Amino acid sequence: MSEMDTKVQGSAQPEVQEAAPSENKPKRDFTTGPLCLSGRGVTRVFGTGDKKKVAVDHVDFDFHEGEFVSIVGESGSGKTTLSKMLLGLLNVSEGEILFQGKPRDISTRAKKNEYWKGIQAIFQDPFASYNTFHKIDAVLLDCINMRGGKHLPYEKKVEMMTEACSFVNLKFAELTNKYPFELSGGQMQRLMIARIFLLKPKILLADEPTSMVDACSRATILDMLLSLRDEIGMTIIFITHDIGLAYYISDTVYIMEHGKFVEFGKADEVILNPKAPYTKRLISDVPKIHEPWDLDTVVEELA
Amino acid sequence: MGKVMLEVKNLKTKYITRFGEDVYSVDGVSLKIEEGKSLGIAGESGCGKSTLALSMMGYYFAPLHYTSGDIIIDGKNISGMDPDKVRTTILGSEIAYIPQAAMNALNPTMKIIRFIEDVIHAHNPKASKKEIRELAEERFAELGLGKEVLDRHAVELSGGMKQRTVIAVSTILSPKVLIADEPSSALDVTSQKMVIRMMRELMEKGYIKSMMFITHELPLLYNVTDDIAVMYAGQLVEYGTAKEMVFDPIHPYSHGLMGSILVPEEGTRGMNLTAIPGTPPNLKRPPQGCRFAERCKYAKPECFYTAPAERMFGENGTRMHRCLMSEDQLRDIYSKENGGAQA
Amino acid sequence: MNNTIKQLSRSPKFMTGFCMFVAIILFTLIYPLVNPGNPLEMIGVGTFARPGTYVSLYDAVSAQRETFKLADADDKRLAASISDEDRVAMIELFGMAGMELDIEAGDTEALLEAWEANFDTLIQTKMTSAKRKYYTRINNKLLDLKAADTLVVYEQGEEDSKSKIVKTDYVRTGAVANVKTLPLGTDNFGRDVLKELVSAAKTSLMIGLIAGTVATLVGLTLGLLSGYLGGNVDEIIMFITTMFTVIPSFVLLILISYSLGQEQRGPSVVAIVIGLTSWTWTCRSVRSQVISLRNRDHVNLSKLSGHSLGRIIVTDILPYIASYVVMAFILQVSSGILAEAQLSLLGLGPKTTTTPTLGLMMNWAMLYSAHTNGSWWAYFPVILTIACISFSLNLMNTGMDQVFNPALRDG
Repeated sequence: MSEMDTKVQGSAQPEVQEAAPSENKPKRDFTTGPLCLSGRGVTRVFGTGDKKKVAVDHVDFDFHEGEFVSIVGESGSGKTTLSKMLLGLLNVSEGEILFQGKPRDISTRAKKNEYWKGIQAIFQDPFASYNTFHKIDAVLLDCINMRGGKHLPYEKKVEMMTEACSFVNLKFAELTNKYPFELSGGQMQRLMIARIFLLKPKILLADEPTSMVDACSRATILDMLLSLRDEIGMTIIFITHDIGLAYYISDTVYIMEHGKFVEFGKADEVILNPKAPYTKRLISDVPKIHEPWDLDTVVEELA
Repeated sequence: MGKVMLEVKNLKTKYITRFGEDVYSVDGVSLKIEEGKSLGIAGESGCGKSTLALSMMGYYFAPLHYTSGDIIIDGKNISGMDPDKVRTTILGSEIAYIPQAAMNALNPTMKIIRFIEDVIHAHNPKASKKEIRELAEERFAELGLGKEVLDRHAVELSGGMKQRTVIAVSTILSPKVLIADEPSSALDVTSQKMVIRMMRELMEKGYIKSMMFITHELPLLYNVTDDIAVMYAGQLVEYGTAKEMVFDPIHPYSHGLMGSILVPEEGTRGMNLTAIPGTPPNLKRPPQGCRFAERCKYAKPECFYTAPAERMFGENGTRMHRCLMSEDQLRDIYSKENGGAQA
Repeated sequence: MNNTIKQLSRSPKFMTGFCMFVAIILFTLIYPLVNPGNPLEMIGVGTFARPGTYVSLYDAVSAQRETFKLADADDKRLAASISDEDRVAMIELFGMAGMELDIEAGDTEALLEAWEANFDTLIQTKMTSAKRKYYTRINNKLLDLKAADTLVVYEQGEEDSKSKIVKTDYVRTGAVANVKTLPLGTDNFGRDVLKELVSAAKTSLMIGLIAGTVATLVGLTLGLLSGYLGGNVDEIIMFITTMFTVIPSFVLLILISYSLGQEQRGPSVVAIVIGLTSWTWTCRSVRSQVISLRNRDHVNLSKLSGHSLGRIIVTDILPYIASYVVMAFILQVSSGILAEAQLSLLGLGPKTTTTPTLGLMMNWAMLYSAHTNGSWWAYFPVILTIACISFSLNLMNTGMDQVFNPALRDG
C-alpha cells in the first residue's frame, strides 16, 4: 500500500522521471487502493414524455487508483453515455460521481478545467480525434501549455515532446510540421497516447481505442496503455465491446447491458466463471480458438 | 478432391487514381476453392483483401481496372468478359457478393419480396410473381428467417436481421460462389453468430457451393472457414487449413497476426501479444524485394532485393508460404524464441 | 489550405468561372479610368440613339477635304437612301401592277433598274392618293440623288459664304473635331449605355457582395449558435428560421422595400434588405454541419483541453465548414444580384440619381418601351451582363462543389 502511495505522489509531478522499469516490480493488486472515481446511482435520461429513454440506469461503481477497469457492453448498452458522463461532457440526470472520494463539482468553467486536468480520454476513431487543420506540433504543444508549461523555453518544450513521442515509439523529428492525417491509424492513436503522456492525468478513459486499428498495431497500443498505468500509476477505464480484449488487459471487468451493470468483479472471476446470464451469452457468442464455438444455441433476436 | 468451384490464376488488378498513378492493389493472386469448401482471407486494412473480392467478380468499374490473370468459375473463364454480360449472366447466379454495409443497401421504401423479384428478373425476365414468391417463401423458411419478413420493409428489421435478409436475397439464385466481405463486423456478437450460422446453413443445404470469407477477425475465420489465406500488400503470403494457420503459422507476417489473437479463454490473460511495428508499403511503388521485409524482424539483407516466390510445402504440398527462408528454418526460429521467453 | 487551392486551380469549371468573374470586375474598374465622367450624364437630346460612331456634321463641313473617286460610291449612297420599309413598299407596288418580278429587297441595283424603267406605268396603278404621293416622293428622292452632284451650305444670313460640297468630297474622321463613338448607343434619356452599364455592373456587384456578406454572416452566426449550443437556443433560432423560410422571401423583400419608402432606398440599404431576407439557407446548412461536427471526437478533446467556447468554434468547427460557407456565400452574391434586378424591375429598387444598377437599367428600358421599338441595345447588354455574372459565380460554385464533395468528381 505505502509503496503505491509514494508512487502516486511521485507521478503527480511531471518533472520526476519514472526510473524503475516495470518488469522488475512484483505484480501489484490495484483493485484495493484508494478510490479514484466512483459513482452512486448515476443515471442519464434522454428526452421526455413518450420519447424518454434511460441510457444509463442507476449504476454504482468504484474505480481505484492505478486500476485497469474495462466496461464491456454491446452497442446501445449505454457505455458511451456513461463515458461521456465520467468525462463531464454530459450532465448526470440523477446520482453523483465522486472524484478522489469527494463529490465532483464541475459547475463552473474553472472547476471543469481543473477536473479535466485529472481525467483525459482517447477516443475510438483516430481519424476523427484530430483537428485536421492543426499540425502535430500544435497538438502536443497544447498539452504542454495545459500543464502550465506555457512559459517554458522552446527547447524545453521540444525535449518534452520528443520524450512523449519516444514513449510511444514515434520520432518527434519525423513528425514535426506534419499533419495528423499523414500518419496511419495506429500511429495517430499512439500520438493520442503521447498526448496523455504529456498531460499525465490521474484517470485515462479509453473509449474503444483499438477497435479501428489493425491487430498488429493493437498489441502496441495495449502495451503502451499498460505501461502508462505501470509507470505513471494512471487509472485506466477501458471501454470496449470485445470481451476477449477486456479479459486480456484489465484487472476488473464491468459488464453492461441496457444501462445497467449486470456483473462486475476481477477479470478472471467474471470471464472464466460468469454468473449473469448476459455475461454467459456474451462469452458463448464470441468465437474462440481452443474451445469449440457453439453455433447452435442462439438467443433469437427480435425483428 | 472435390470439383474446383472457383479458381483464380495470377490475378492482377490496379486502381488508377485521379492523378493517373497506378496502385497495384491485387498483384498476382492465385487461389482455388473446391466444392463445399470455404476459404477465409485475412489481413490488415489496406492489404487489398476487399479489392480482391471486387476483382473476382469480373465486374470492373473505375477506378478499378483489370490487368491480367484468369478467374474461372466452375470451369468457365470470366476474366475479360463484357461488364454488362457479367452483370446479367454471372453476378447473382454464378457468384454473389456481400459487402460489409450490405444491410444499408436496402431501399427503405421497398418490401423485401421486391428485391427478390428484381434479382430473379435480372436473370429470368419471364419468371412470374407467384413462382418467385413460392421460391422465396421456401428459401426463407429453410433459413429460419420466416416468410413474414418478405412483406416487411427494410426499416422494420434490426441490423442483424437486415444483414441476414440481404444474404438470403443475394443467394436466392443459388450461386456457385459466395464472396462475403466482412459481412458481420458491423454487428454485435449475437447477430454476428446468427449471420455465421445462416452462412453455414447455406453451405450445408447446398444453396451455395463454395464461399470466400473476408475478415480481419481471426478467431471468426478459424471457426467459419476450412482454409485460411493471409494477404499482405496485394499478395497472398501464406495459406493452409484453418487449424494449421492458427497453430502453425509459417510466414513471419501470419505468425505475427496469429500471435495477436485475443479470445476470452483461460490462458490469454497476460500472455505476450505479438506486435508488428511499421506500416504496409505504398502500393504505388511496391518494394523490389519481399514486401514484408521492412517490418520483418527476421529480415536478412537479401530480403530487401529478392522477391520471394510462392513455396509449397506440407504433407500433400497443400500449404503455401512466400518467404525466402524455408518453413523449417522459420519454425526453428519461432521455437527458439518461445523457449527464450519461457526460460 | 494550400492543397485545397491547388485542387481548385486544377478544376476547369472553377477556373473558367473565376477568370470570367475577375475579368468582369477588372473591366468595371478599368473602363471608368479610360472613359471618365458621370455615367448618368445626358449627352443625347433624343432617345435611343443607335450604337455606332457619330461624326459632327458641323465640323465635317469645315474640315480639310480630300477627293476620292470611288466606283461604288453612288450605288452605296443610293442603297443607303432607301430604307427597308421603302423597298418592301416598292416591291409591293410591282405586285399591285401585276408585274411578276423576281427581285429581292436587298438587291438594290436590280430593284432601282426595274423601278426606273417601269415607274410611269407603275404610278398609273389604282391606289389611294396618299399612296401615290408616297411613291412619287420616293421617286423624286431617287431622281434628286442621281441628278444633283453638288450640295451648297450657307451660313445663316450670309448667303455669300457658300461652301460647296461635291459627291467626291471626303473628310478624315481624325480631322473632324468632334467624333463620338457610342458602342452601345444611348438610352431613353440620351445617356451612353456602355458607360452606364459599366457603372451599373459595379454597383450591382457591390449590392451582391453586401447582400451575400450580410446573409452569410447572419446565417453563419445563427447556424453556429443553434447547432453548437442546441437546446432552447436552437429551438428559438430554428423557429425564426422556419418563419423566414415559410414566408416567400421575395414577397418579404417587396414589402420591406415598399415600406422603407423611396427616399430611404439607397443601393446599400437595398443590399442589406436583400441580405436579411436570404440567410435561412445558410443558417440551416451550417446548423446541420455543426451538429454533426459537435459530436466529433476532436471537439470533445478540445473541450477536455479546457478550450473556451469561442476558441472551439473558431478553430475546431469553422475550418471544417469554411468550404460550405464560401460556396453558400458565392450563391448568395449571385442571388443578391438577381434579387436586386427583380426588385428594380418592379420599381422597388434603389432610388438613385447618381449611380445606376443593372435592375434600374432594365426598369428604364421597360418604362420607355425599348423592347417594343426595337432598341435592343438598351436592355440586351444588361441581360447579358447579369447572365455572365450569375453564370461565372455558379460555375465557380459547381467547381468548388466537385472539389469538396468527392462523390461529384468526374472519373
